[in-house]
Amino acid sequence: MYSKALEPQNIFPTFAKDYNKMKSFNVEQIRADFPILRGEVYNKPLVYLDNGASSQKPNLVIDGVRAYYQNENANIHRGVHYLSQEATTRYEDARQTIAKAINARHNHEVIFTKGATESINLVAFSFGELLQKGDEILISHMEHHANIVPWQMLCERKGTVLKVIPMLENGTLDMMAFDTLLTEKTKLLAVVHISNTLGTINPIEEMIAKAHQVGAKVLIDAAQSIQHQRLDVQAMNCDFLVFSGHKVFAPTGTGILYGKEELLNDMPPYQGGGDMIDRVTFEKTTYNTLPHKFEAGTPHISGGIGLGLAFEYLNSIDFEGAMKHEKALLEYATEKLLTIDGLRIYGTADNKASTISFLIEGAHPFDVGVLLDKQGIAVRTGHHCTQPIMDFYGIPGTVRASFAFYNTFEEVDALRKALERAAGILR
Amino acid sequence: MQTINNIEQEIIEEFEIYDDWMDKYEFLISYGKELAPMDETLKTDDKLIKGCQSKVWVDASFDGEVMHFSADADAIVTKGIIGLLVRVLDKQKPEDIAKAELKFIDEIGLKEHLSPTRSNGLVSMVKQMKMAAIQALS
Repeated sequence: MYSKALEPQNIFPTFAKDYNKMKSFNVEQIRADFPILRGEVYNKPLVYLDNGASSQKPNLVIDGVRAYYQNENANIHRGVHYLSQEATTRYEDARQTIAKAINARHNHEVIFTKGATESINLVAFSFGELLQKGDEILISHMEHHANIVPWQMLCERKGTVLKVIPMLENGTLDMMAFDTLLTEKTKLLAVVHISNTLGTINPIEEMIAKAHQVGAKVLIDAAQSIQHQRLDVQAMNCDFLVFSGHKVFAPTGTGILYGKEELLNDMPPYQGGGDMIDRVTFEKTTYNTLPHKFEAGTPHISGGIGLGLAFEYLNSIDFEGAMKHEKALLEYATEKLLTIDGLRIYGTADNKASTISFLIEGAHPFDVGVLLDKQGIAVRTGHHCTQPIMDFYGIPGTVRASFAFYNTFEEVDALRKALERAAGILR
Repeated sequence: MQTINNIEQEIIEEFEIYDDWMDKYEFLISYGKELAPMDETLKTDDKLIKGCQSKVWVDASFDGEVMHFSADADAIVTKGIIGLLVRVLDKQKPEDIAKAELKFIDEIGLKEHLSPTRSNGLVSMVKQMKMAAIQALS
């Protein structure tokens, strides 16, 4: 049973070392780390351009999760035995890696959740408990439904009021309106960093500073920015930041809520159960300290470890180079797509991430999506969980191509060619 | 009047000549484009099928003997699919519709659209048409 190879230090650090070889950004080398990208669909090479919905996973994450189940699987935080302690160490190391990646002041400001959606619901419930009737929550017109509905539910429960920052035709926020809507009544500004539908990068630093001037707290939905930028929660000075693991090359069912220590301490727990308690009696239960107070029940241990490994992977590559590559992909794809007759891009902000939403005149987005799929190209079609944006433009949905750093210029060419063919058939 | 099975067989043969996925869909799309448009007054919200990324309307009526279906969709692929369903089930007896297995969907390679969560809601379309037949029986 005992094997030196199974000693924890011989399992994970080995992977990390291999990945450290990479010095400068080389897309082919990066692609070799993502086994799924070598696949085919309908006998055609897979062109995966649905990264906004979910990203693919590098070997470091896939192998790491497998190694955890093979060698270390046990429940964490309570076990007296060897495996439990190892699993706990691994899980808490992952928390530390993530805390470091977003530059949180303390590891315990990083709460594991099952995704950005749960993180927002946690804040809406627990921070929401601190709010009074008439207090205002300010969101924007370009929020994902996950950053709209939990606040509507809070408003129904507590009598708080939801205000919405309008959007301009180019898919940016109306900052003049923002200045008017932000008042002393505003208790929370919950705003998306990068729009999943439009790719717009919002000026969150400015918005956070202004919100703090009126005494409001700020939640940043970083679900679409964590994979495209280096985020520094202390520099941006947000109060909460949320993201999903699966969009940043980690397993599904994982996510993070970052919150400032003092705020998290003030908030009541979200869910009750094991791990989140200090002492339980039938008369009175006292709660555990951060981060456990917000982590009731056995967590997604392998997923959390996988999320830590995803950040280790990002640390091991030339991330600055990756960001430059994504920017170049965006520019190239925008230029190429606009050569297609009748194609209109929705979201034309100057400051954009590598996401392009578009429609081809006379073609339903669903039809375009189906015909791209049959040519091996994965995109997303529909309203992208942002129905208010669709209503704003008066369209049923869009086709969205969202690029990650492992995508190539050749894939952009393939998209363009496949779109020409689809348009020819549909019109 | 042809039986459901006969019409299904006819459709299977029409699709058989294409091996390439794009060709199959091109054929489906051309089929969708040729379908007679639905009477605009019938396109009411109560005839909309839920669970589809595109808008799909299905109108069903019973003349005491057979069912009559007409349908439309704003996406052409979806219109082609619903068009095939209308072709198979229109002017058939409700009891035959209720027990129809609709194997052609699998045979012509549209099975992928059968998963209940697929955004074009083929399952919802079939369900709605069968429901109408079952209601006519009762």
